[in-house]
Amino acid sequence: MEKFEVKRLQILDEKGNADTGLLPTLSDSDLKKLFELLILSRQFDQRALQLHAEGRLGTYASILGQEASQIGSAYALEKTDWVFPSFREMGVYITLGYPIWMLFQYWTGDERGMRTPDDLNIFPVSVPVGTHPPHAVGAAFASKIKGHRTATVAYFGDGGSSKGDFHESLNIAGVHRLPVVFICQNNQWAISLPREKQTAAKTIAQKAYSYGFEGIQVDGNDVFAVYKATKDALVKARTGGGPTLIECFTYRMGDHTTADDASRYRSKDDVEKWKARDPLLRLKLYMERKGLWTQQYEDEVKKKVTDFVDSEIKKHESAAMPEPNDIINFTYSALTQRQKKELE
Amino acid sequence: MARINMVQAINLALKQEMERDKDVVLIGEDVGKDGGVFRISEGLMEKFPNQVFDAPLAESGIAGVAVGMAVYGLKPVAEIQFMGFIYACIEQIFSHASRIRSRSRGRFTCPLVIRTPYGLGIKPPELHSESTEALFCHMPGIKVVVPSSPYNAKGLLISAIRDPDPVVFLEPTRLYRLIKEEVPENDYTVPLGKARIVQEGKDITVIAWGSMLHRVLESIEGFDAEVIDLMTLRPYDEETILNSVKKTGRVVIVHEATRNCGFGAELSAFTAEDAMLNLKAPIIRVTGLDAVIPMAKLEDYYAPSKEKIVKALKKVMEY
Repeated sequence: MEKFEVKRLQILDEKGNADTGLLPTLSDSDLKKLFELLILSRQFDQRALQLHAEGRLGTYASILGQEASQIGSAYALEKTDWVFPSFREMGVYITLGYPIWMLFQYWTGDERGMRTPDDLNIFPVSVPVGTHPPHAVGAAFASKIKGHRTATVAYFGDGGSSKGDFHESLNIAGVHRLPVVFICQNNQWAISLPREKQTAAKTIAQKAYSYGFEGIQVDGNDVFAVYKATKDALVKARTGGGPTLIECFTYRMGDHTTADDASRYRSKDDVEKWKARDPLLRLKLYMERKGLWTQQYEDEVKKKVTDFVDSEIKKHESAAMPEPNDIINFTYSALTQRQKKELE
Repeated sequence: MARINMVQAINLALKQEMERDKDVVLIGEDVGKDGGVFRISEGLMEKFPNQVFDAPLAESGIAGVAVGMAVYGLKPVAEIQFMGFIYACIEQIFSHASRIRSRSRGRFTCPLVIRTPYGLGIKPPELHSESTEALFCHMPGIKVVVPSSPYNAKGLLISAIRDPDPVVFLEPTRLYRLIKEEVPENDYTVPLGKARIVQEGKDITVIAWGSMLHRVLESIEGFDAEVIDLMTLRPYDEETILNSVKKTGRVVIVHEATRNCGFGAELSAFTAEDAMLNLKAPIIRVTGLDAVIPMAKLEDYYAPSKEKIVKALKKVMEY
């Protein structure tokens, strides 16, 4: 009755060769920005892990290996778009210009770090896996009702795609042709569960077709492919074309979180294989060929980024302790009779 | 002013709120053309085609979508067809709606209303008669409201829609068409968080809400009872309860839900903690049985009967 074909998009291969017919329009300055955001996100990630090891940061979920999926997609967003991330999306926050010192603040267990600045529409980290896609659908519904041209994006992982809320949200989005883009970072692992035990489907992208809209698998370590797929999906969303599911095929290079030890369930060889597919490496090779990368340039970027992250850590660590009364103050719009007694 | 029942009063509240504010939207199963299984939203889709939406059969999705609508700037009123189906929404309500304000330190808020018919009284199939209001009362960040008459149903629902916090609005099915009363056409509100003294009295404070309020009123003849209609269960009106208990020294709490961890347990503990020295008798709860809610044939044996309420009133008067 109906036939579907799941497409896979790759533009930049592991050697840094680009398919020029598919290359999205990105200026030299865009390329440099993407490169610098990749370095910055990786630096943030490494410093977060370091701070955790030193007892200066709580449990943290590393983004190592997934930077192209996060930065490539977030770079395609407009300021007015709404973003509903999961907990492994620090690269998305950073790309959108979220203050880095606040991200450190959040990961030390301080809610103030998730008080999104007023000029950004990125939602706080959602911890229960795969339960927030309905929020992106609801916001997209609201945008459509209000006649805005805002699109919304939900980020989740291969694990999240098994949840009931994933199904319910894609289904509702399909029925109402809502301006929402579902971005699944398939990093092959949900803590210890490999992708093939998560679903018997060959791809996660194909699930979109059962809800009546397109899904596409992209090389999630290829920043150009992720950028292009997201940009196209956002344009489609804003012009009434409805939702899209993008599966970014990537790999979680680190442990699930700092509380995990991935050597218990996966082999070193598996991880080694993915090192050659590093998203930063292939962008560097491409830029070198274009004369946009030199060792000196990279050293300068790294120095600048290190100094910046240092100063953000300093800013975060010199902030005052949160007010204990704030535990109560943000529960309701006004204090209850009980809360007033508790504050006395 | 017309004499109308609770279904008509809720319909009127929704209609007037959608007229007043285009951001008020209705979403739920069969709420559109069908007007809802209880006809609460009858005629509203025709009148407000861009504000009333039929949802696929997906309760968690409906609650989650309402969360997204609310944070974006709408005032969604989501209908869950029966309270027995709201359990699928618990994660959305507990893990998200209740804590978005706190999680974002006030940047995002979640002004939604989840309406659902609840309680016994219409002899339906299994899981259509639940009264698990206490579940929602346990969760900080959520408000829980139960109307007991057409007048306060309209006023409370308007307050709930305008409230900046998420509200679970529980509509006693038994009362939907049982009573008619004068309900003003004009815009009025009944404030959340405030109880109502239905009848003043000197000897016993009887606390109830929803359909049990009416059973209490049928049972108090011959007693000098002060009857409190709690209306908002979370946050509940501690002050009104304390003032009454200080006067009467005796407390009977009546609810349809099962006793164990029912909302009466909270009210009883609170009263004991804050007014122990004013009490003349043990606090008594008259509740549903410690059992699964039965289907139609046995349903009348489950909820507190008039006899059980009278027995409790007599007992506290023995002291």
